[in-house]
Amino acid sequence: MFLGPGLAFTAVFVAVPVLLVLSYTVFDRGRFGGVEYDFTLDNFTRAFEPTFRKVLVSSLGIAAAATAIALAIGYPVAYAIAKLPERWRSLVLVLIVIPFWTNFLIRTYAWIVLLNTQGVLNDALVGLGLVDERIDLLYTRGAVVAGLVYVYLPLMILPIYASVARLERELPEASADLGGSRFATFVRVTFPLSLPGVVTGCIFVFVPSLGNFVVPELLGGGKTVMVGNLVRDQFLKARDWPFGATLALIMVVLLVALFALQSVVSRRFSVEAGR
Amino acid sequence: MRRSGLGFLWVALVGCLLFLYVPIATVVVTSFNSGKSALNIKGLSLRWYGELFDDPDLGHALLNSLTVAVGATVFSTVVGTMLAVGLVRFARSTVLDAFVMAPAILPDLMLAIGLLAFFTWLGLPLGLGTVTIAHAAFGTAFVVAVVRSRLVQLDGSLEEASQDLGAGWATTFVRITLPSVAPAVLAGALLAFTLSLDEFVIAFFTNGPDSPTLPIEIYSRVRFGVTPEINALASLLLLVSVVAVVAGAVAFRRTERER
Amino acid sequence: MASNSTLTRRPWARQLSGLGSLVVVAALAACGGEDSGAEPEKLDASADLTKQSITVSNWAGYMPEDIADQFEKATGASLSATEHATNEEIMAKLTAGGDSGIDVAFVSGQYAQALNEAGLLEPIHEDLVPNLDNLYAQAGELAYDKGNHYSVPYTWGTTGICYRSDLVDPAPTSWNDILDPDPAYDGKITMLSTERWLALPAQKALGYSVNTTDDAELEAMKDKLVEAKKHLLGYDDTTFYEKLISGEAVMTEAWDGWCGYGMAENPDIKFVVPSEGSDLWTDTMVVLKGSENKEAAFAFVNMMLDPEMHAWVTNNVYYNVPNEAAAEFVPAELKQQFPQLDVTPEQLAENEGLIDLGEDSTKYTELTTDVTAS
Repeated sequence: MFLGPGLAFTAVFVAVPVLLVLSYTVFDRGRFGGVEYDFTLDNFTRAFEPTFRKVLVSSLGIAAAATAIALAIGYPVAYAIAKLPERWRSLVLVLIVIPFWTNFLIRTYAWIVLLNTQGVLNDALVGLGLVDERIDLLYTRGAVVAGLVYVYLPLMILPIYASVARLERELPEASADLGGSRFATFVRVTFPLSLPGVVTGCIFVFVPSLGNFVVPELLGGGKTVMVGNLVRDQFLKARDWPFGATLALIMVVLLVALFALQSVVSRRFSVEAGR
Repeated sequence: MRRSGLGFLWVALVGCLLFLYVPIATVVVTSFNSGKSALNIKGLSLRWYGELFDDPDLGHALLNSLTVAVGATVFSTVVGTMLAVGLVRFARSTVLDAFVMAPAILPDLMLAIGLLAFFTWLGLPLGLGTVTIAHAAFGTAFVVAVVRSRLVQLDGSLEEASQDLGAGWATTFVRITLPSVAPAVLAGALLAFTLSLDEFVIAFFTNGPDSPTLPIEIYSRVRFGVTPEINALASLLLLVSVVAVVAGAVAFRRTERER
Repeated sequence: MASNSTLTRRPWARQLSGLGSLVVVAALAACGGEDSGAEPEKLDASADLTKQSITVSNWAGYMPEDIADQFEKATGASLSATEHATNEEIMAKLTAGGDSGIDVAFVSGQYAQALNEAGLLEPIHEDLVPNLDNLYAQAGELAYDKGNHYSVPYTWGTTGICYRSDLVDPAPTSWNDILDPDPAYDGKITMLSTERWLALPAQKALGYSVNTTDDAELEAMKDKLVEAKKHLLGYDDTTFYEKLISGEAVMTEAWDGWCGYGMAENPDIKFVVPSEGSDLWTDTMVVLKGSENKEAAFAFVNMMLDPEMHAWVTNNVYYNVPNEAAAEFVPAELKQQFPQLDVTPEQLAENEGLIDLGEDSTKYTELTTDVTAS
């Protein structure tokens, strides 16, 4: 009675659509776009040709770089927040969250304004004498990675903060009581036990980065292509839906593999933590 | 607590806040430019805010976004709350849980192409209606997530007692269950509403040409270059989210204290 | 020139969508072909148009806003206008099966070709469109539809190099000037990102057809384009003229009409069609076979070819129209301000017409991906 409408709705407007579009992966594209229902595996052979394989690999690389940088920034920040006195803590958390609730396109756009050859960052670099003439910051792979880190950083900080904050309250004092140094406490106790938060944060950053097509388009100047751009183009420009669906499926399979890895990791560490 | 040797943590924190706010600050500052450039300040003025309010296309886009968000939120809240109750009280199953949560977990691009293919296959004309359905699909999952986590904290004993005393399931639901999860339902509805207002990818795929939502309108403008008018729009949206987040935080703290 | 937001209302958006690979949503289109061999419907030239009404789908800003009033005054028939943003969008609507409700659509030439192959277009009834005589002879020789059997050309133009004459010396004359530029211009060049136009400079520099599907030629183009990418600021369909104005870019591959926007802001911006030649694109009007008021539909097409009406496009959207009789209604000052409007039909027709590549259009998708992902 309670479940009926919701399950029916989810089945019709989530499960059926996703299955429908996944079924397209084994069909041909029609002469005028659309789908011709002749079974074929050509889409998969095509997706693994060097052209598209290269895009998959470079997308994974860009998403991984963004995730790694977000982690390098996010972990110390989350740790620092957990160490703040209570009343400062919520203020800083609000400050971290505000940009995240600002429209994603606006946040990306801010980087166009910032990185432009005629923009403020170049003004500053030239003004401070750090560079002789204006340099290309925008429309580079670095700009794409920076943009992804920027838009998803809060998604890294919050889960790590959640796990570190809990540990900070409970465990290290016990460890310190037993004579461990701060550093040893961190390395042997806090860090391993915060790993589930780290993994969650990494997934929260990696997943949307991999499928993103707006950041590469706006900050990459069309010179950096990610798998999300290919899927978008196949659906909305080239109208080769079967091939677009195939690329999307490959992306999702990669992500599912990551989820599986995550659940293994978190299970292992929660077992070690004796729970 | 000792703080020695942890200086670098504060450096990281301050650096991170700078990283988060310098780009936004740049946009806000340039929005007050009196010149035509979005990059270089000539003088200060509110000129571009004026142009913003005189721009009917933006007004329409905002109205479209609100229409979609209200429709999707009402639907997600009702259906999502029922689902959450059903999942927690009647049918505990990880498979069903995963099924219901799928739209929140799936990459947005996957849901977007699925719904585009599905609506086209059905022959439904793309427009605000299809966007509303699409937003309801993921909104429902988020409402379920929020309401369910509250339901799990409550034990079912009150409900059992109510039914032992002869109340029907409907009475029990309305008089016992619903009041106890009301704050979570409200939180879920707010979440669904905000996510819908802000959502770009799924709307981009499932919308027709005649009625862009605000994020779609922003996207097409951003593609056509940087202008002080977009900077002004960005600053206003930032202001809205600052107010919303601060209000949310204050409200949250108050309810926490009441507990 | 108005602000940028008006630019986005203009039909330039058409070009963003790209010719690339065609097209369209529904499989139904493919089955539509069966009646293309049938006899054209007999139309009554003396039909009472006051009882007819038509729906026209066009790009925003591509015809006068009071077009419905003008049409009713001229013919007695009523008209409602709808808009599409891209070729793909209108193609999706027209081929989705069922009644699209559209009588006349504006689409680019190669899309008209595809629609005709799908059997969706009514042949042009020349007796109902006497103003066809106003068109230049070259407008009857367009590659996608020689003789204008099922489409009527509305605007045409080409692609070239839009550049800052004060910052580039000597002025560019060849596609190689942007493909393999003087090191001084490294990182200050943009190229178009839409598939067929991304390929165009290499195609022409190597002396190939703009419609080539030869694998060896595509491979050679790829090598040239990958090499050229190293010198680019980026690929840009929409803001290249702004980058010229700001000085971020000094040379850009550009559509003629778009370069005009840069020229209007900065007189040092100039446009040149490289010596190797370029493409010729056309936007057309087509009448749908499903239209129930074809007499009114052709009356509309005829009205759009009226010299004064057709000149409106040039005077307001700064595109060339293939209408000889319209030329006298285009002010000389405008041609001075926008030199790309001061071009003869012979010069335009020297460029090569784009046609639909059918199945082979995926080769351009692959080429584009290869180049941009390199």
